[in-house]
Amino acid sequence: MRQLTYSKAISEALREEMLRNEAVIVMGEDMGVMGSVFGITRGFMEEFGADRVIDTPISENGFTSIAVGAAMRGLRPVVEIMYVDFTTVCYDAIANQAAKMRYMTGGQLTIPVVIRAPGGAGRRNAGQHSQSLEAIFTHIPGLKVIAPSTPYDAKGLLKSAIRDDDPVVCVEHKLLYAGKGEVPEEEYLIELGKADVKRAGEDVTIIAWSRQVLSALDAADQLAKEGINAEVVDLRSLVPLDFETISNSVIKTHRAVVVHEAVKRGGYGGEIAAQISEELFDYLDAPVKRVAGLNVIPPFSPALEDYIYPHSSDIVAAVKELLL
Amino acid sequence: MVIKKKYDRKTLLRFYREMKRVREFDTKASELFTKAMIAGNIHTCIGQEATAVGGCLALNPSDFIIATHRGHGQCLAKGGDSRMMMAELFGRETGYCRGKGGSMHIANVGIGILGANGIVGAGIPIGVGSALASKILKTMEVTLVFFGDGASNTGEFHEALNMASAWDLPVVFLCENNKYAVSVNIERVTKIKDIAERAKGYGIPGVITDGCDVLAVHETVKKAVERARAGQGPTLIEAKTYRYHGHYEGEPQMYRTKEEVMEWKNRDAIERLRKEIIEAGFTTEEELAGIDKEVKEEMEAAVLFAQNSPYPERKEVMTDVYASDNERGVAR
Repeated sequence: MRQLTYSKAISEALREEMLRNEAVIVMGEDMGVMGSVFGITRGFMEEFGADRVIDTPISENGFTSIAVGAAMRGLRPVVEIMYVDFTTVCYDAIANQAAKMRYMTGGQLTIPVVIRAPGGAGRRNAGQHSQSLEAIFTHIPGLKVIAPSTPYDAKGLLKSAIRDDDPVVCVEHKLLYAGKGEVPEEEYLIELGKADVKRAGEDVTIIAWSRQVLSALDAADQLAKEGINAEVVDLRSLVPLDFETISNSVIKTHRAVVVHEAVKRGGYGGEIAAQISEELFDYLDAPVKRVAGLNVIPPFSPALEDYIYPHSSDIVAAVKELLL
Repeated sequence: MVIKKKYDRKTLLRFYREMKRVREFDTKASELFTKAMIAGNIHTCIGQEATAVGGCLALNPSDFIIATHRGHGQCLAKGGDSRMMMAELFGRETGYCRGKGGSMHIANVGIGILGANGIVGAGIPIGVGSALASKILKTMEVTLVFFGDGASNTGEFHEALNMASAWDLPVVFLCENNKYAVSVNIERVTKIKDIAERAKGYGIPGVITDGCDVLAVHETVKKAVERARAGQGPTLIEAKTYRYHGHYEGEPQMYRTKEEVMEWKNRDAIERLRKEIIEAGFTTEEELAGIDKEVKEEMEAAVLFAQNSPYPERKEVMTDVYASDNERGVAR
């Protein structure tokens, strides 16, 4: 099968959906002439015109709210917030407007907006360009949240998100963009809210999403050499959550480690751990473990930054603690 | 008289009736709130009828509005059903939002109400989004965005007006300047005298109109709507108006004098139109008294309808969070 980068897979998803439905538009900073700072929409303006590939001013709250208004009128805008860190300046548009309009109007208004937000550390971009903020969005009823880890998942999930009638936040890890993976030529969709068992195993369940799935798979390889078979569950969608897949795995392995790059305190891993503890307590042989980012601000120095997020060795250590 | 040349009897009586409907609706709402028959908070627009009615009647039925937290009048004037609006204030199943939005979130796409907003200023870019959709979908609808003097000091005002003007979008910004953002006089927090002056910063027309004169508001908005529909871009209109009640019902109003309130009440828009159309020979005291009676009956019926409507069933608390996969979305 052909190999595509994660960014090219996202680009293909957008392009296919724009070809399929004229109501799909993309908007954000540098999306048009530049083709986005990560090259996602390169060539789009020439192909679809400036009306559907909109270069906005640096007005995140304004243009995200504009997307909400346009969605009320039948368009399906895909907004890029250049760095997920910048969603903090358009939190009203996302959390008060996009998320709530349907419920507050008794189901009258539909807001099919996708908010793509590159996030994550490791690029020496310091405190305001390196965070993982997905937990904030999972806390807001009305939003769906996806965090794909592979090119295949990114394409299939984004296409479904664009066709979905609810606001969807798509968190993309910047260090995944250049990574390659198998993506078929023919069209496919991945349903929102379906986790994927990326590696089967019997001894422990490692639950992760976005870039940490790669660390989890690496950890599983290392553990296998020591005779420990880890199952890696890639959530892919954080909301809706596929608890059934988590449950099936934990009932089998009796042990769970939740891994994410975002800071540990208030992270979505706490939510997953709580749900496992509440509902699967009788199946557990050990407490659920969280392996997550330090409760700090991403530092610039290359000597510091890589210490703030989990590595496969941290996951290996956590699994061994559980198996003691 | 100019009024004779410009307007026919039917139109003038419609202006009168709509303004009376707005006042009667909010007067009833205020009474019911005071009697604790309506929960939460309500923001009445008594005194601001001319901006709601003058603005909305300059639109086609297929055009859109963005209403504000002080938006009962805007919604009524855009074609809102008083019964469904009152039922919403009562939190009943028969309300526009089936009781889930209340006073601040009345919406109905079918009649062009894209919702009011509880976040001051947030409706402005949403309205620009509606205008962007008109442009991209190549339809002729104009969006009229209501907001207040308070909203004119938000960042969203700037971001929205900048993009709307840069892209020549079919939108009209109607600022109801009632002088106070809750308790703060606009003059204490704003250097310029007129909000309309800010239009210069966006390269669009800025027009000041008398918010106590429904015909002046109407003519100003109509011109701006025509301009927008012709693809010439947005206009910023500032209507100088005044709310007779507090920011919310029961708010103590420490920031203004009784004399100031009286002064504005003496310029009342409904009384002004009443006097003008009787003097110009369009109607009589008797005919207007008949309209007053009909409006009163309409609003009494609206209250009865609301009171007799069922509350939403408890299971409704879990519906409509999501358009698809709602059950899983709210389950965990």
